[in-house]
Amino acid sequence: MIITRQKPQEKIDEMVAPYGRVFIVGCGTCATGCGTGGEEQVKAMAQRLGSRAIGWAVVESPCDARINRRDLAARKGELEGADAVLCMACGAGAQAVAEYADKAIIPALDTLFIGKTERLGRYFERCRACADCILLETGGVCPTVRCSKGLINGPCGGQVKGKCEVGDYKNDCAWVLIFNSLKRQNRLDAFRKYRPPKDRSAKARPQELASR
Amino acid sequence: MAMARAVYSKLMRAVGEGRFVFTGEVEPLKTADAEGIVRAAERLRDWTVACNVTDNPRARAYMSSVAASHIMQSRTGVEAVCQMTVRDRNRIALQSDILGAAALGIRNVLTMSGDHTTFGDNPQAMPVYDIDTAHFVRMVRLMVDEGCDLAGNRVAGEVGLHVGITGNPNAEPLEMEIMKIEKKVELGAEFMQTQATFDIERAKEFLREMGRLEIPVILGIFPCRSYATAEYLRSSVPGITVPDEFMEQMKRADAAQDRSRQREKIDDVNIEFFSSMIKELRKTERLAGMHVMTIGYERIVKALAEKV
Repeated sequence: MIITRQKPQEKIDEMVAPYGRVFIVGCGTCATGCGTGGEEQVKAMAQRLGSRAIGWAVVESPCDARINRRDLAARKGELEGADAVLCMACGAGAQAVAEYADKAIIPALDTLFIGKTERLGRYFERCRACADCILLETGGVCPTVRCSKGLINGPCGGQVKGKCEVGDYKNDCAWVLIFNSLKRQNRLDAFRKYRPPKDRSAKARPQELASR
Repeated sequence: MAMARAVYSKLMRAVGEGRFVFTGEVEPLKTADAEGIVRAAERLRDWTVACNVTDNPRARAYMSSVAASHIMQSRTGVEAVCQMTVRDRNRIALQSDILGAAALGIRNVLTMSGDHTTFGDNPQAMPVYDIDTAHFVRMVRLMVDEGCDLAGNRVAGEVGLHVGITGNPNAEPLEMEIMKIEKKVELGAEFMQTQATFDIERAKEFLREMGRLEIPVILGIFPCRSYATAEYLRSSVPGITVPDEFMEQMKRADAAQDRSRQREKIDDVNIEFFSSMIKELRKTERLAGMHVMTIGYERIVKALAEKV
């Protein structure tokens, strides 16, 4: 899931201030899952904005251009009458909505990471979209995202008793997790393997994919 | 496995000849004035074969280790072990700095990950970590042995320097640390300097494991110039265990009334502890030398070198 967090309300108020008529778009997928852009949060935002809020919609997945067209078509009049669209979705959703509406877009959320949900409100970053997955070699633990330095050939000198120097020795050292996992699975040869430097050109921005 | 390689540095010559070496450490600071480095190096000159020049330790933006290494070498004749981290430079900048270092006559490079940027005095900085230290070792080997860079582009002429790695005898699990080191030795690391340890039994175990690998180990120690330093190490540096007995002795020495007497007693405690440690280790294990983390306590190297 794409993990998002609502910006501080003062920051949102500041962004909204120049606009008299604001339409709010929420996200029915990740931001609903995170409790940052679902119906409940969108309604609360509309209430806060008071008469500025001229309408709202929770689009099933605003990052999908087709679904924006489908879900927002019926609201075209309201959207056209708005000075700005306040979007409660991730950056991908907000940009797709911006393209559709062609209005000033107010991003009410900050996009944090691709994460695992432990429970509502507790998330852990688990994927950096590095475009070169090596989880098989690393016991199902990703060093690119879970090692604070993204090292791919073993730990640095900053781990003490399995804890990482970053975050005051509270977080697990990814490489100790990897080592223990591979050891349990009797696959330590994968730890010994030299993994050459990552090809960062694969991540030259902006990426796109045309698979069919 | 290790092939016969050219020897470019005094450090590697001494180690190759089986001489027991001492290396020291100098720290460039946030200044364009190199006098401090020069003075520290002068105090270490007669007792060390080479001195490490730190690379933005604790992620603080200080004078470049390449520049400081060159200044130290040219002004004092002390050979540098130029520390270089992968924290602040991508592979382009690292390769560029290796060429620059070699051109400036730097003959030893110590590859390090580097303390994370968030510890530093510019914690807002982007941590780079484009490549890791295993890649860095491989990169230097390619430049020195194959005359090409990481991507296979030709490097004109010779690049004459040695590549070292760090190790941590205190690491848990030790098995993982050994395997990581083994990987870098296979990639062509030529020497190792370790994190400081006070634990003789652990050091023995570590050295025994290293004995299987073809790499000279220069073991790190951290003599303490005051009780406060020892206390700081004990309480604030995770992973280093300072023995209670050493703490006790330092406390007693620190209590001496007169300043020069205090200094003398503190030196005695350090000399006693570390010289017996060195002698004990050398009895049974293969040990190339000691890396003495000396910042501000350079005189202790002379005392230790004379004693062992």
